[in-house]
Amino acid sequence: MDSSPLDRTRAIDLLRTMETIRAFETRIEALFKQGLLPGFVHSCAGQEAIATGVCSRLDRADCITSTHRGHGHAIAKGIELDAIFAELYGKAAGACGGRGGSMHVADFSIGMLGANGIVGGGFGIAVGAAFAARYQRREQVAVCFFGDGAANKGTFHEALNFAGVHALPVVFVCENNRYAQFTAASRTTAVADISVRAAAYGIEGDSIDGNDLLAVIDATDRAVARARSGGGATLINMATYRHSGHYVGDAEQYRSREEVAASRSEQDPIQRFTAHIVAAGVVTESEIADVRLAVEARIDAAQQFAEAAPFPDPATAMRDVFTEAGS
Amino acid sequence: MGSRRMTFGQATLEAMQYAMDEDPNVVVIGEDISWGGNFGQFRGLVDRYGPERVVDMPISESLIVAMAVGASAAGLKVVASMSFVEFTLGAMDEIVNQASKFRYMFGGQVSVPIVLRASDGVRGSSGAQHSSSLEGMFCNVPGLKVVAPSNGDDAKGLLRAAIADPDPVVYLEHKQITGQRSEVADGDHVVPLGSAKIVRPGSDISVVTYSNMVNHALVAAEELASLGVSVEVVDLRSLVPLDVATIAASAARTGVVLAAHESWTFGGFGAEILAQVRECVPDQSQLRTHRLGARSAPIPFSPTLEPAIVPGAADLVAEIRRILAV
Repeated sequence: MDSSPLDRTRAIDLLRTMETIRAFETRIEALFKQGLLPGFVHSCAGQEAIATGVCSRLDRADCITSTHRGHGHAIAKGIELDAIFAELYGKAAGACGGRGGSMHVADFSIGMLGANGIVGGGFGIAVGAAFAARYQRREQVAVCFFGDGAANKGTFHEALNFAGVHALPVVFVCENNRYAQFTAASRTTAVADISVRAAAYGIEGDSIDGNDLLAVIDATDRAVARARSGGGATLINMATYRHSGHYVGDAEQYRSREEVAASRSEQDPIQRFTAHIVAAGVVTESEIADVRLAVEARIDAAQQFAEAAPFPDPATAMRDVFTEAGS
Repeated sequence: MGSRRMTFGQATLEAMQYAMDEDPNVVVIGEDISWGGNFGQFRGLVDRYGPERVVDMPISESLIVAMAVGASAAGLKVVASMSFVEFTLGAMDEIVNQASKFRYMFGGQVSVPIVLRASDGVRGSSGAQHSSSLEGMFCNVPGLKVVAPSNGDDAKGLLRAAIADPDPVVYLEHKQITGQRSEVADGDHVVPLGSAKIVRPGSDISVVTYSNMVNHALVAAEELASLGVSVEVVDLRSLVPLDVATIAASAARTGVVLAAHESWTFGGFGAEILAQVRECVPDQSQLRTHRLGARSAPIPFSPTLEPAIVPGAADLVAEIRRILAV
């Protein structure tokens, strides 16, 4: 983990991750709308600062659990772009051999314990990973990404209570994008800032602007340091906004075009970060353009890899129901 | 090697100790676990292995299973006590959507070695929410293994196999027999999952069953022997994987199969047993198949109503006499 100040190299690394997530989601959305991708997809465009900032402060061995909107988490944690692209096509070379698809992207070798199609499914899994790390005396942290909608699941309560009782090394990161599926959080959730609930579990709470990459990094550093030092779990409310609908193709009748446009123009985490680093003289506009060109080329290559990759052999459809082969 | 008389629960305790002595990554979690559990199946474990390894959980069933999934994916083997089988329903999302699917949907990246121990069955006026047998639900879910021992010796060997198994296993322990004593072989032994056992050979009818209904079937077989009826009792021990070969061989020998269980007949596991027999016995011409299970009602509390819903030994005797017209 690099805790150096924001020098050119680090700024470009962070920018590259955010741009990669944005370019991936933009490409996937376009391919899906052309009918080229099976299933359905949820885009995290607009929320890149959270995945990028949090994962930039984790070690490879640290674990994350993700959500149905999980591409960004996987990319930020270090999944191979070819593998995630091929997974979304349902190809054998995908991260999960085409078994999972968009909602079940996982790479356990880098501590990415899975996107999850069940809202609130990650809470207990993250607690279990943290419990195992402590039991085996590994200095690992588990991060549970979840949305504001998941904060109303019973699993939230059960997991945060237990993490509080045992001061487990978990960071609960609420990506509060203000909509639970199609319904505004204000209509379903009694508090706007999820982190106030931390007090009920005897853990620390924090609330930040999740579209401010540097604020995400600072909050993550505080929470991870607390977790690693035995200080227990943290619940962080990170305010953000979903550029796309709940899923790609969502008619979005529940929010105004003006609201979306305003957030895109004023709160876009990538624009805010690039404005900051250019103003600070850390990175030039032409370097940013170079990053974007390189990212586009990488996305092109991953798409070509995924399109060219073979589909799984139907004869393998029963493999891995159980651990022993063929059963 | 000798044997000793002990309760079913004590037999499982011995299996737990062998597993925990062998592998430091085996941990036990559950409600009231340091107090020994509802039927004493965990008594003394916390003294022997410590509270980091024998963990008292809040009354948070979904967390118990989700935590087991996360911890097992991270390298532990988790035995989770779910107390009464009805309480697993609060964790059905985690059992069905996470535990059973984790390996498959993530392309074989991880195994989920967890054992969910749950007490099921009727014990006499425990009421509708503490008397059910829910194995049919679990057996319908790919990715779960399901075992239901009928006696202490199998309980020990099957639990040992379940903990060693790399996949999620639902381990069903019948409340009526958890405290009953029987001969249990000394030392460490494993009953492989998927191995049925003919516990009483016979020639007139095959009663294919599991869990405490095996004991009812043995009582019924003894009573029917006095009438000259020879009943074969097949104890499945493991429902998933299912030892179809042993069932089919017995069916082929006797020509008459009665699948029996405490759980509801309608949509129940007995239908699966009979379907397997129909698919696997080569000569169907003389084969007769029947089933006996609970009537489709919640299990009632009153001592007169409970046996009107859930069958026991007397019902088995009556059904077998009806089938064989004796």
